[in-house]
Amino acid sequence: MTEPVLSVRGLTTSFRADAFSPWSTVVRDLSFDIGAGETLAIVGESGSGKSVTSLSVMRLLAERTSRIEGSAKLEGSELLALPEAKMRKVRGSAISMIFQEPMTSLNPMMTIGSQVAEVMRCHLGLSAAEAKAEAIRLFEKVRIPNAKDRYDTHPHKLSGGQRQRVMIAMALAARPKLLIADEPTTALDVTIQGQILDLIKDLQVETGMAVLFITHDMGVVAEVSDRTLVMLRGDKVEEGSTADIFARGKHPYTRALLSAVPRLGSMAGRLNPATFGLIDMTTGEATPERALPAAADAPPVLEVKNLCTRFEVRGGLFARVTGAVHAVEDVSFDLRPGETLSLVGESGCGKSTTGRSILRLTHPRAGDIRVDGAAMHALDGKALREARRAIQMVFQDPFASLNPRVSVGTAIAEPFIEQGLGTQAEAREKAGQLLERVGLSAKVMNRLPHEFSGGQRQRICIARALMLDPKIIVADESVSALDVSIKAQVCNLLMDLQESLGLSYLFISHDMAVVERVSHRVAVMYMGEIVEIGPRPAIFERPQHAYTQKLIAAVPVPDPARRVLRRKQDIEEIKSPFRPKDFQPPKREWREVGAGHFVQT
Amino acid sequence: MVAYVLRRIGSTILVMVLVSLLVFLLLRLAPGDPAAVLAGDNASAEQIATLRRLLGLDDPLPVQFLSWLWAVAQGNLGASLYSAEPVTLLMSQRAEATLSLALATLTVAVPLAIVMGVTAAHRAGTGTDRVLMLFAVAGFSLPAFVVGYLLVYLLAIQAGVLPVQGYQPIAEGIGGWAAHLVLPAITLGLIYTALIARITRATMLETLSEDFIRTARAKGLPMRRVLLVHALRNAGVPIVTVIGIGVALLIGGVVVTETVFNIPGVGRLVVDAIARRDYPVIQGVILVCSGIYVLLNLLTDLSYTLIDPRIRY
Repeated sequence: MTEPVLSVRGLTTSFRADAFSPWSTVVRDLSFDIGAGETLAIVGESGSGKSVTSLSVMRLLAERTSRIEGSAKLEGSELLALPEAKMRKVRGSAISMIFQEPMTSLNPMMTIGSQVAEVMRCHLGLSAAEAKAEAIRLFEKVRIPNAKDRYDTHPHKLSGGQRQRVMIAMALAARPKLLIADEPTTALDVTIQGQILDLIKDLQVETGMAVLFITHDMGVVAEVSDRTLVMLRGDKVEEGSTADIFARGKHPYTRALLSAVPRLGSMAGRLNPATFGLIDMTTGEATPERALPAAADAPPVLEVKNLCTRFEVRGGLFARVTGAVHAVEDVSFDLRPGETLSLVGESGCGKSTTGRSILRLTHPRAGDIRVDGAAMHALDGKALREARRAIQMVFQDPFASLNPRVSVGTAIAEPFIEQGLGTQAEAREKAGQLLERVGLSAKVMNRLPHEFSGGQRQRICIARALMLDPKIIVADESVSALDVSIKAQVCNLLMDLQESLGLSYLFISHDMAVVERVSHRVAVMYMGEIVEIGPRPAIFERPQHAYTQKLIAAVPVPDPARRVLRRKQDIEEIKSPFRPKDFQPPKREWREVGAGHFVQT
Repeated sequence: MVAYVLRRIGSTILVMVLVSLLVFLLLRLAPGDPAAVLAGDNASAEQIATLRRLLGLDDPLPVQFLSWLWAVAQGNLGASLYSAEPVTLLMSQRAEATLSLALATLTVAVPLAIVMGVTAAHRAGTGTDRVLMLFAVAGFSLPAFVVGYLLVYLLAIQAGVLPVQGYQPIAEGIGGWAAHLVLPAITLGLIYTALIARITRATMLETLSEDFIRTARAKGLPMRRVLLVHALRNAGVPIVTVIGIGVALLIGGVVVTETVFNIPGVGRLVVDAIARRDYPVIQGVILVCSGIYVLLNLLTDLSYTLIDPRIRY
């Protein structure tokens, strides 16, 4: 066998808060090799040490608070012993990196062209003109439309997918031997994710570089990697060919990870939602999945008719309205007791604004919102606050949606007290019961949010939403930020609560595989409008609208046999829903293709 | 952009009318009568009354205000009650000294503070950082008159290398002009340097933890380029804001510094005018200063568009 591009032996990385604190080890005795043209995926959940591994190899950790031991050899030469000045010449040239957050990983003040050109000026010694020509060639290679005109564009004018293309162009600029891709598609919409994965695969074939792919998503792993290394809390638990890991993973954690991955199509032929079957990470013990009942055949608990929400855009000398972003346009649906209706679509399609408009957190411009027959859209002030008891929200980011200085008990009790439903003592007792109900202990009431993990915090947010005994919960990407195994657990919790309390969910999500598990019905949104709505089996098995079909086709499937496939989709981004002032929205026609299954024509 | 500038200039005029109204009222409500000061200690009540009438101080307040405002609109700030010289002339005579002092302070303080702030942020937590920030705290805590007299004692009286006080116009030689400005500029610049250095350090620290800085380092760029090209410009908006606010502080600081170093500038002019209740001079100086300040604010806001391409008006 030829010498590997990167050979890591006994890599151990530790951190400390300052010079006086003890070291704590976050990566232990990790060894792996990557050969030329090969892709190794490191899989693990938050805190598994997968990103720290890549930053250790690049030596990008703060010197004063980190310690790296072991060996990392690039084509036989030791990286960990290189003086900083020589290491700098390796970064961005022999090894380059792309990161998770394309929105924040580019310098907002510099043009995308100059950010790519500076790599070549720095490492290849090109002149300004040569670097510019080369950068434009790279932009074409990563398929940025109108590459030449885009050279002087600033990052904020590009979409997430295009920014990630710029990052890839930058990483390829000095023709690296190894590309480290740290969750490069996690923050992207699913159709864009597919395009970026295809691009990385194509470029790898073209350049023969090795790829170290870091991800938490087993679907992505199956699509891109030859070999897979599974990490758990700083240790390697298993390594092998991707096909082997998927078919014959030995470690309970590997199997737990795989079982928790929602697989599109796993619900085929079933009418109602079902909980995830789970495997315990340490014992390997399995909890089987369980089907949920159908929604009650009762009058709807929420009716939304012709909802419109627009954000005005102003300009000119007197700041007149020049147009509006049509975030939600003529959206109608209803929700029955005990039912989950999922709103799916990509960033900017208006799904979150729909949720916020229903609670009147954003003021809709027009439309009827009825909760249990009572008109929510006509209320104001105190009456509106009282009406909101029936609808509560759980947000996406469990870290940002709890006040870091307020104990969780107080946070959960607050809505109850603010609404004047009882005394402090009653509120605390109820908060305690709810904490137990969401799988925590009533004893944790006095702790602050930072003492909890992401999944626990999301449970706390759910408990807070339940405090007012709502009928409806708007779950706005509530499980999107969670690790796979935690995501499955929180989904199961939501479904259990639905069954026992008869809750209705408006489940807003971009994750098609999760949606398939939890929903009774699905509405697909595109540019502020619902383009298709119907029972979940109909939408997933017989999608009618072109956009729905595209959305479902783009979801990565955790099946290593698909490694060689490409989607061959057109490169296009979601269009802007900005409209001029005198724009008249076209009249939409609907076609019923099955029982309760409507498609926009 | 043009629409924005026009709107801002419109609101500037409104702000200045309000400022002049406040100053006008404040002066009239404060105790002390300019006619009594002007007439001298031995004047009779009748003489003072005649003087008041001649100076127009007997008119109702709204009339006084409007006639002054009308004159201002025509570019006439009135004349000193004391020397009868036009306020514009008095100010222009003193402007050179004050502008020299302000510009000398800025050209030293701003670059020095930014270098200090960037270095401290880059070396955060080390001895270098602590020494620089100790200096910044000292710069805040020591009043200008303490530092001023201390510097005069050490460098002018004991060492004899610099003039003790006074000002030499630039027309009489660059060397003498500069030598007279060194100590006042250091005195005035100290608090200013401390302020900008601290803000630079804080915003740089925040910027250095951003994702795109990690990208820049992963590209293998030299640290110098990461700090000065990638980080500093991103930290620019708060720094420029503080420099802008600092200019307002400078206007106040000039008054004290000019008094300490006996520099015949606008600061001294206004101190003398307040002592004599010389209404037109005080009003004129404050109006011009507030005009400069509002204008600087506008320039600061417009400079954001040069720093950050995402900001468009």
